[in-house]
Amino acid sequence: MRRVVVLGPQRHVITVTEELKLLGLSGRIATITAGWQERESEDDELSAALGNRAVNLRLHARTDAVFAQDRQLFSAHRRRQDNLRQLQDIYRMRLDHLMASATVLMSRAGPAELLEPERIDTIEQLRALDAHHLRRIRDVHEAFEIQELPGERRALAQHRAEVQGILEECDAVAIAGGHVSTLIGRMRLLDVAAGMTHKPILAWSAGAMVLTDRVVAFHDRPPEGAGNPEILDVGLGLAPGIVALPHATTRLKLDDVPRMALFSRRFSPSDCICLDAGNCGRLAGRHWDFTPGTLRLDASGFPVPASAEAA
Amino acid sequence: MILAIHRLERQAGLDSHAVDTFIRSQRFPLIEGMHVTFVWRGHADAVHLRHWVFGLASAQPFHRLAHTDLWYLTIDLPRGSRFEYKFDIQRAGHNQWIRDPLNPHIAHDPFGANSVCQAEGYEVPDWCLPDPDARQGTLHELMLNNTAFGGPRPLTVYLPARYRETRRYPLLIVHDGGDYLRYARLKTVLDNLIHRLEVAPLIVALTHPKNRMDEYPDDPHHAQFIAEQVLPFMERNYPVFGTPAQRCLMGASFGGVASLATAWRYPGVFGKLLLQSGSFAFTDIGENKRGPAFDRVVQFVNAFRESPGRPAEKVYMSCGTYESLIYENRSMVPFLQSHGLEVRYDEARDGHNWENWRDRQQSALAWLFPGPLWFVYE
Repeated sequence: MRRVVVLGPQRHVITVTEELKLLGLSGRIATITAGWQERESEDDELSAALGNRAVNLRLHARTDAVFAQDRQLFSAHRRRQDNLRQLQDIYRMRLDHLMASATVLMSRAGPAELLEPERIDTIEQLRALDAHHLRRIRDVHEAFEIQELPGERRALAQHRAEVQGILEECDAVAIAGGHVSTLIGRMRLLDVAAGMTHKPILAWSAGAMVLTDRVVAFHDRPPEGAGNPEILDVGLGLAPGIVALPHATTRLKLDDVPRMALFSRRFSPSDCICLDAGNCGRLAGRHWDFTPGTLRLDASGFPVPASAEAA
Repeated sequence: MILAIHRLERQAGLDSHAVDTFIRSQRFPLIEGMHVTFVWRGHADAVHLRHWVFGLASAQPFHRLAHTDLWYLTIDLPRGSRFEYKFDIQRAGHNQWIRDPLNPHIAHDPFGANSVCQAEGYEVPDWCLPDPDARQGTLHELMLNNTAFGGPRPLTVYLPARYRETRRYPLLIVHDGGDYLRYARLKTVLDNLIHRLEVAPLIVALTHPKNRMDEYPDDPHHAQFIAEQVLPFMERNYPVFGTPAQRCLMGASFGGVASLATAWRYPGVFGKLLLQSGSFAFTDIGENKRGPAFDRVVQFVNAFRESPGRPAEKVYMSCGTYESLIYENRSMVPFLQSHGLEVRYDEARDGHNWENWRDRQQSALAWLFPGPLWFVYE
């Protein structure tokens, strides 16, 4: 039975230690801190929180090493990133327009029998665009795999094998947060997911996001102004059925009910789970269980206890 | 509300000691709600406040408190205002402009330094102050030889903290680079905003004019220097993206004109512009009334308004509401938008000065080059 634990940020409220105990694991823990980028190896505090039995997979450093050895692969990877960046720009442009009308409709006063079908239709358009974008991203990744055959390239194959070897010797995997695109990109390149499928996984912040079906980026309060929540990448699908929202209280305007309602309805049937410090969701097989205090955005746009209607 | 200066005025037995006590017990200029009181103490025939707030008389007379050597002036300022000023002390037919001796806030510019009035609601942004936690980028002094101007030109390159040759960076080319570094704390601002993940790590090329008044108003040599020499040099020697969307020209005042003129002469090369208090003077009919220094500016802006083309895709503009150029800047916004450019425009209750341009950097750079904040979930 697959066991996955998604947690809120661990910087100030460390809960991963307790969760590890609850899982009853005593062996080594493979850690992934690639989201910290160049700071990947600065993991003393994390290691201590995991009982000093962590083995850092060093995905960031390994990828750099692979790229340094295999310039052809590096160029191909860069082309893929360029394509993804362009696709994201186009998606954002289309999203802007749909979100503008959807936002107006969600706040508009008027007879529900007139407005609600319009809202439903607009949200369906958003969902269709999201699904389309997800397909395009998947196509780009697949094309890279088919054209470049990364698994057959010596430098990468060697690191992949080493990573798989470490994973086999570990009882669980812990994935820290950080830069979500970097994190999933490096995990994908080193094919880490293949070795984690049957391991208990503990992940927080960006780590939790990459485990879901869809990596949804969001921030309502950056200095350049609130952005539209957007599909950023295909997730690893190891924590299905949820959209992970780390730092929801600070990053989202949770009191903007129409905005949150749109968020929730757009990504349903996935549950939009707020993962603030101390929050936790546990997946056992196909069943999610959330700790008290962990919130979910309901279809009306209100944060409600996540445990009530876990998928 | 009785202002402190009036309470002092009504004080029985007002003498030098009472004035001493008043001055020691307050900070000046004295901010009381929207009322701002300036004081100067000494012997003079007249004292005036000299400032550069467009819309107010540029010289405002102080009053002398009876039986004392204390001069004062109270004006009303909208919340959030900030402006620079000097005192004009008139004695025996001579005028001397001095900074306010009681005000510790000073702003420097290429012409010297002014006192700064910070009205209620204004705060120096914390992101422009040195942050010991922020990792430092580095500045590199280079020289470009055989430039379009016929000789060498210095170039300063800013590389962000944790710069790596294997990464790619957007490129920002800045006019009056030295002034931006000295008077608008551009390096500190970049270090801080990049550290806070609000702005993407950038490579910045800071140019230094010899004679900006001559080179900036649509000089073809200047445009050539930027587009055909600085840009290729940077793209040859640094890991920049090399696409128009990741190239930006930036400048203030005449530097704004230089940025726009260069992008106009080289359409499709620069995707972004950062224009602060651009000297976008134009005439609908008749002669330029701003003097000969603006003749070529007006000629360019008129030509641009006649045939704007598409100099860039995304333009950030800002202007102080207390600037004489506010009308020209405001009118430029819908003009650019109507020609399909995406424009963000900020106004602040400030003047035509470097600290105004410093204070707008966060909204400008975060909009043009959003940082990884969007992608980082620690």
